[in-house]
Parts: sequence; structure tokens; C-alpha cells
Amino acid sequence: MSDDYRKVVQEIVAKFGKDRKRLMDIARAVHAKTGHISEEIVGAIADALGCHRVEVRDMTSFYAFFSREPKGATTIRLCNAVVERMKGMDAVANAFEETLGIRFGETTPDGLISLEYTPCIGMSDQAPAALVNGKVLTNIRPEDVKSIVDAVRSGKLHDGGIVSVKSVESNLQQAGPVIFAPFERGAGIRKALSMSPEDVINEMNKARVRGRGGAGFPLAMKWSFCRKAEGEAHYVVCNGDEGEPGTFKDRVILTECPDLMFEGMTIAGYAVGAKQGFFYLRGEYEYLLPYLEQVLAKRRRMGLLGENVCGAEGFDFDIRIQMGAGAYICGEESALIESLEGKRGAPRDRPPFPVQKGYLDRPTSVNNVETLCCAARIMEHGAEWFSSMGTKDSTGTKLLSISGDCQAPGVYEVEYGITVEKVLEMVGATDAQAVQIGGPSGQCIAPKDFGRSICFEDLPTGGSTIIFGKDRDLLACMESFLEFFVEESCGWCAPCRAGTTFLKMQFEKLLQGRGTREDLKKLEETANTVKFMSRCGLGQTAPNPVLTTLRNFPALYEARIQPDDFIPAFDLKEALKEACSITGQKPHDVEV
Amino acid sequence: MSKNTVNIIIDGVEIEAQEGQTILQAADDAGVYIPRLCYLKGLIPGGHCRVCTVKVNGRPASSCTFPVSEGLVIENDTEELTTLRRTVVEMLFAEGNHVCPACEASGNCELQAMAYRLGMLAVTLPFLRKPRELDATHPDVFIDRDRCILCGRCARASEAEGKRVFGFEGRGINKRIAVDGEHGLKETDLKAADRAARACPTGCLRLKRIGWKVPVGQRQYDTTPIGSDIEQKQPVG
Amino acid sequence: MAKPLVATAPFTGCFGCHMSLLDIDERILDLVELVEFDKSPINDIKTFTRPVDVGLLEGGISNDENYEQLKLFRKHCKILISVGQCAITGGVPACRNTVPLKECLEEAYLNGPTVVDGGVLPNDPDIPILLDKVYPCHEVVKIDYFLPGCPPSADTLWAALTALLTGKDVGLPYELIKYD
Repeated sequence: MSDDYRKVVQEIVAKFGKDRKRLMDIARAVHAKTGHISEEIVGAIADALGCHRVEVRDMTSFYAFFSREPKGATTIRLCNAVVERMKGMDAVANAFEETLGIRFGETTPDGLISLEYTPCIGMSDQAPAALVNGKVLTNIRPEDVKSIVDAVRSGKLHDGGIVSVKSVESNLQQAGPVIFAPFERGAGIRKALSMSPEDVINEMNKARVRGRGGAGFPLAMKWSFCRKAEGEAHYVVCNGDEGEPGTFKDRVILTECPDLMFEGMTIAGYAVGAKQGFFYLRGEYEYLLPYLEQVLAKRRRMGLLGENVCGAEGFDFDIRIQMGAGAYICGEESALIESLEGKRGAPRDRPPFPVQKGYLDRPTSVNNVETLCCAARIMEHGAEWFSSMGTKDSTGTKLLSISGDCQAPGVYEVEYGITVEKVLEMVGATDAQAVQIGGPSGQCIAPKDFGRSICFEDLPTGGSTIIFGKDRDLLACMESFLEFFVEESCGWCAPCRAGTTFLKMQFEKLLQGRGTREDLKKLEETANTVKFMSRCGLGQTAPNPVLTTLRNFPALYEARIQPDDFIPAFDLKEALKEACSITGQKPHDVEV
Repeated sequence: MSKNTVNIIIDGVEIEAQEGQTILQAADDAGVYIPRLCYLKGLIPGGHCRVCTVKVNGRPASSCTFPVSEGLVIENDTEELTTLRRTVVEMLFAEGNHVCPACEASGNCELQAMAYRLGMLAVTLPFLRKPRELDATHPDVFIDRDRCILCGRCARASEAEGKRVFGFEGRGINKRIAVDGEHGLKETDLKAADRAARACPTGCLRLKRIGWKVPVGQRQYDTTPIGSDIEQKQPVG
Repeated sequence: MAKPLVATAPFTGCFGCHMSLLDIDERILDLVELVEFDKSPINDIKTFTRPVDVGLLEGGISNDENYEQLKLFRKHCKILISVGQCAITGGVPACRNTVPLKECLEEAYLNGPTVVDGGVLPNDPDIPILLDKVYPCHEVVKIDYFLPGCPPSADTLWAALTALLTGKDVGLPYELIKYD
């Protein structure tokens, strides 16, 4: 290895205090400099940190944004999520391949540009979209590709080098009273500080506010468990790793009102007795980092963070932003904590729950971005105000990230209890054959269920809402969801690691018109096994694209099933091609 | 650790457990066998294989990690769970490249024995047939990843004995066992006497030069199902 | 009543499963009382003469001839049983499944230590063409029962066959389920 690499690594490791827990930041910084993390660099990091190389490899090999081999100076990551495909991603992909003369997964011979696919980057409302060295390009048309490539080649990508291509739009379509209303910095914190932490938690209890990530755990309960749990220190973590395909509400919060979220984190810190908060931001949203750091700096200047927050003697609280590196699973709270500790993002077994043993095995409250915004508002306007909105078990408003076949995709703040029908009307979707509620891990519902309500007691959701128009091949969309789970399974447990792959293979056979009723039965058995036996939410929900369409769209499956008793797993002609090409033999007339 | 006891019910039978135990530990002590692959006594449980999944108050949970508490109602030996466990074991067979007739661990292999116990006659899931790397660089130990089920027992055993010879690499279906050396096992401080070198439930991580020594018929699981030792140790009274 | 008809097939295997069938010792006399053999290498009958009740399959499917024969067995047999690890998983021949076919052939016929004078890849038009992989029988046709083992012991075969032929449940006891 060149000594240059070793020096780069040593400097970076020193910058992060030789702290093993900061391996994520170290790896990100090294990768930014070297473009890859080879086995040699792994060894250099391990040496500098004084840990085992296998630990470093374990961690760095886990995240999609770390490459083991040298890649191009610029990597163009085109998002291949379902909505992207619906909005013409294939044509854009072709244009990239033609313009650069390489395929996806390859690097141009001059070493300048690599092409990669990446799962949902939170831009489904502006698809097709791509990440180019941290910069986000949206609404890409095939005719834009040449100018993008030119801008990359001339190094002008980051200073307005491409005029024709859009960058991210906030795309807030409908503001509501809770998240996107005018707001005064510090109002919520001051109110909280005028009360005891217990009373703050009690206020959340009165507001009946539940977690906005989708699971809907009561916030007051989480904070209360965390506060009461014993530990050397308590922590607050805000989960900004929104990775569910089709969701982008946090992006809009972080663009429009990050202050509200930081405010909520600070209140959470006060409520659970934490001095340190972490904001875990998905790697795909790196473009937001400079702005968010500015916001944090301003809050420190205003006395809203740091020692004696708002002049409250003894309440010290600060926030560090932790960037991720491309792993959907890190949206799972215990996986996120592992990642925060500088490890692979593998979820933990529960119990113990993070509120008992979280970051560094200390009590930790992990909350969704939107939930913490709600908390800040509840402090500001009171529980009664908040619980007057929504339904009995789902108070307040919900942000929906709406994309797919509709006239006005974007983020909508709606009251809980709104029917799917109303939502479709609101966004101008007139011919929906199906709506994916809560993303791939949620459920795919049919028109017969459009009268149902979005709320925890009926259709719970983290917000991802994908609309499929009548002409879409719905099962092909489900296949793409299954592929997503194969890519994103962390691999810790057998049923999810292997099961998601078998699920996809069995589903493909059916989709290719080579499936029998018996194959369908086996598919369902695999789906139920993965759902029941998997360790965390990813595996437990990965079969949902299959299971919910089986329930709601049985006719689509009937149409694909063949009447045969049995169809071989492979095609004989295909299976003979290789040998024929090696030996020069001609296929025999096989009577079958 | 607290000496308080709690009572739990497994398949309708009440058993006494020590507070702080997991369901699996309590079941072992009571002579109730819960099938498992990645659990190894004395190591921190990993929760990888999920074969020890039971129903706790009606919901699935891995018994190797779930702590006992008063009044838990657990389902273990049911047809539903046996089928689910068998499917997971089948997945492990189809995921790797397990050729029992050509494997020196045959007869002593926990994966194979588990499949026998759960009544697996064939693997009907599609075999993945992916090439996997063999590491025979170490003088006394080899790794044949074709036979790896990613139970992590070697990694946990190594960590428990103050070394860090093994870890994981990659994610999802591409995850594999990794070693703490740039060019293989020989560069690690693994010794044949380490518990880590003997922690593997399959034929993946094996000591060299001891294969095929025990005749067929006398191997560990030739005549007695895996778990018999636990089932035979019914506590007095 | 006519005796049940049995046929047996040797696909890509070592013939060990057939040997095991003969290994039931004097019980073979009982078996002959119980059944009659149609197409089988045991009696050297090359083609099916009648509809058969039970087809016993040994070996995996590694070439087009195996494939065709297996289809033929499915057509003529009421019940098909995969016998032994090769039929059930591809077995030892399936070790080649993780190695590119070209590499396998070249190692065997061109570069291997036993090759003299250069060697040549077998390419006679009449010899069977290899499939890309060695497949288990159940990936080609529907299989009704599996009798694992390498080979399944004579006791296993005897227990399963007699149960099947006398209309009983083919549940194997622990000692008889083996993959080696």
C-alpha cells in the first residue's frame, strides 16, 4: 500500500479521537478521500484504531456506499425504486449506458465515472432521480444525460454546471397545523423547562401521541420507560434514516423546518434525562448536512443547545449528526444504534429494548423525525389542542409522502382518519387500481378498501403512499419490492437472509408464467415462514408484497398460474446451451 | 445473579426457572429440548438461526434470547413450529452447498441432525449453487464455506476467549464468515485448541486430520436424535 | 390380482442405490413375491412394457438423456420415488454445480493429471449433452416420495417399499432417515 493511504487514514482516525465508536465517520471520511476501502485500507484503519481488521471489514463491507474496489472518481447512482421505474428510469439508464459506453456496475476506462443503481433515495415525487457524489439530480429525462455527463467530466456539477436538470424541490403540497405551521424557536423548550420532566411526559400521554414511523408506539410510554431505566447516561436519538421506498416526508421536514425537529429532540432530552442527542441522517440525504449543521450552530448561539439550555441551570444538551452510508435496515431502531456505535447495522434481539439498553447499552429513546416535531408542537400548544385532531387512537396529523400515478405527488399533512378515497381525490389520482400504504413493508390495497381510513386502528402507515394506475403491472411492481428486500436484508438471521431470496425466485417463476398451483402454495409457505421466523421488522414485513396482493388481488395470480400439474424448475434448451457451446455438440431431439 | 425463581409453562407443563435465564436455558434445565443451531452453551446467544423460535404468549420469539418471567406461556413442540423450523433448516441446506455424503462432519453435524429430527426428507427449495471460498491456509484448521450456516458460533467463541479471529463480511445473501487476516486463517492467532476452532455445528470449520475417524453407526447422531441428552436429563422429582 | 409393477432408473449416480436394493438379502425373495420388475437395469428390460406402479429413481439429472428418461418414467409410473442423495439433491455429482462447466470439462479431459497427449473434449454427436448443472429429480418432474441416504439402507428401502405396496403410511423412523 502506498504510504499516502496510510497517512490519510492516520490523520482521519486521529481527527475522530481514535474512537472505535466513530468508525462510521472514519470510514466515510476515508472513503471520501480514497474512493474505496480495500483490504489494505481496512488494515490501515484497524492499525490506527488499535482494533482487529475483521471488525473493520465487518463494518465497512456492510454499507452500500463503501466500495471495496476502486471506483470512478464520480459515481452516478441512479435510483431504481418502483416509482422511478414507473416514471421512465429505464430510458434514463439506457441513455447513461450509451453516453458513457459502459453498463451499470462498471467504470469508464478513464476511471472517471462509475454507474450504479441504488434503492429509493427519497425522491419518488421527483423521479427519476440520481445521486452524483452526494448531489441529487431529479426529474431526469434521457435528453438531460449528456449534459450531466459533461458537467461531471468538466468538474462543474456542483457549481451550476448543469442548467437543464433540476435539483431537489421541497415539494410540500399541503401544510397542516402541526408540522408545517409558523413556529417560534425555543417556545416548546421554554414551556417544557417550566414543567418537570415527568409532567412533560404526562403531557405527551394526554396528547396520546404515537410514533410516526409506522409502528405507533405511544411516545409517552417510550420516554417514561427510558427515563425510569437505570444507566450511566441516557440518550436521545432521532431516526432520520427514512428508507422505506416511497417515503420522503423527513426530507421535507429537514428542508422546511429542521428547527422543529431539533426542538423536539431537546425536549426529549429534558424528558428522559439525556445530555446527548444523535440525529442519524441517511447517507442519501448528505446534501442536507451543511444546512443542518448551520441550523444546529445557530441554535447553539441562541442558547437552545449546549450548557444550561435556555438558561435552565443543570440542563445541558447537545446534538451530533451521524451520517449513515446506505442501509435501509438502519431505519430499524436497534440496527440504527449498532450503526451509531460504529458497527454493521444488524438489529438486536428484543428484549432488552433500546429504552432499557440502547446506545452503549444505556437507556436510549429512538424517535421518528415527525414524532419529535409533534412533541415540540404539543409543548407549544398543549395536549388538548393536539388530541382534538385525528381519531381516538390516532391523534394529530400525519405526513403522507405520495408518489406514483397521480397529478400532484409530494408531501401532504393530513389529519389522521382521512380515507384513502379522499387522499386519491386530493392528489388527483383518478384511475388507481391499487395503493401501497406504508411502502413495500406495508400493504397493497385494492379499490374495495379505498373507503378505509389512514390511522393506527385501520391502515397504519409511516407515510409512504404509492399509487398504481390501472395500466400498471402490479405484480411486476411487487417483484421489484421483493428485490429491494433481498438487497437490504442484513443477513443476520437465516429466514430473512435466505428466505427473501427464495421468495423472489419463487415469485419470479410465477410471474414468468411457469408457476403451477403447487408453486403458488410453496410461495405462500415461504412467505409465511419468513414473516413468522425472522428476527426483526424487515424480515417480518418483507413478504407483505406477496401476502397482501395474494389477499387483495387473487385474480392477478389466477391469471398467471398454469393449469399444468408440474413445470420444471429450469428450461431444458437453456440448460443445454453452455455444453453445446463448449463441446460443439448439437442439441438432440429430446422427446419430452 | 438473582436466585429468585419464576414459573413458566411450556407446552402445558409448568416448569420452574431462575430469574435471568432465557427460555431456552430454563427449558434445558427442565429436560425440555427446544431445537436450536446457533446457540452454544456458555456463549452469548446470537439469534441467527431462529430454529429455537417458540410462541411466547402467542407471539414468535427466539427462546435463546428471550428472558423468562413469571407466567409466560410457551408453545414449543407443535406441528406448526416443527414445520416452520423445518422450512428454515431447508433454507440453510438450499442456501449453502451441503453434500452430506462427501462431508466429514456427516453423522456428527448438528445441521444434518436437526434436519433428521425435524423429519426433512428432501430440500425442495431451489438450490442457490453459489461458489464459496475455501480457506485451508492454517496448519491445523480449515474453513469450507460451502458448509457455513452463518451461525456465528466461531465468532462468538473467539471473542469470548479474548481473541477476534472471526467476524462477518458483506450483507444479506452475500454475507459470509470472515477471518482476522489479510490472506486467510493462517495469519490469525487461532490455535487448534481454541474453543472457536471446535464451535462449528457443521463441517465448515474443522480441525484437519481427524475426519472420518469414527465409523458409521457410532457417530453422535447415528442412532440418537439431537437433543436426546437434554431430554434424558429429566430433573429428579 | 396382478403383482404391483416396479421399474428402476439409474441416472447420474454410482449405482449404489441399486446395490442397496439387492442388499436386502434374502428379503429379495419376499420382494419378488410381492412385486414384478419392469424396465430396470436389474433385469435388463430396456423399455416400459406396461403402465408401472412404482418407479424408483437413482441419481441426479445431469444431461439431456437423464432428462428425457426421467420424463418417460413420469409418464409410465403411477408413483415416483427419488431414492438416495443424488436423486434428491444432485449428490456428489452436483459438486460440479459451483464450478463453471467449461472448467470442469477442461480439468477432466484436457488439464487433469491423468490426461495424456493433450486430450480432447468429448463431442461425439451421439453422447448425451451435459446440462449446465446437475439437478435433483424433483426439479424436472413431480416426485411423490423421497428416500434419503447414500445409499438408503436396505432396511430403509424395504420399509418404504413394503409400506407403499401394502397401502401403509411411508413414515420412516429416525434411524432410517440418513443423508449418507
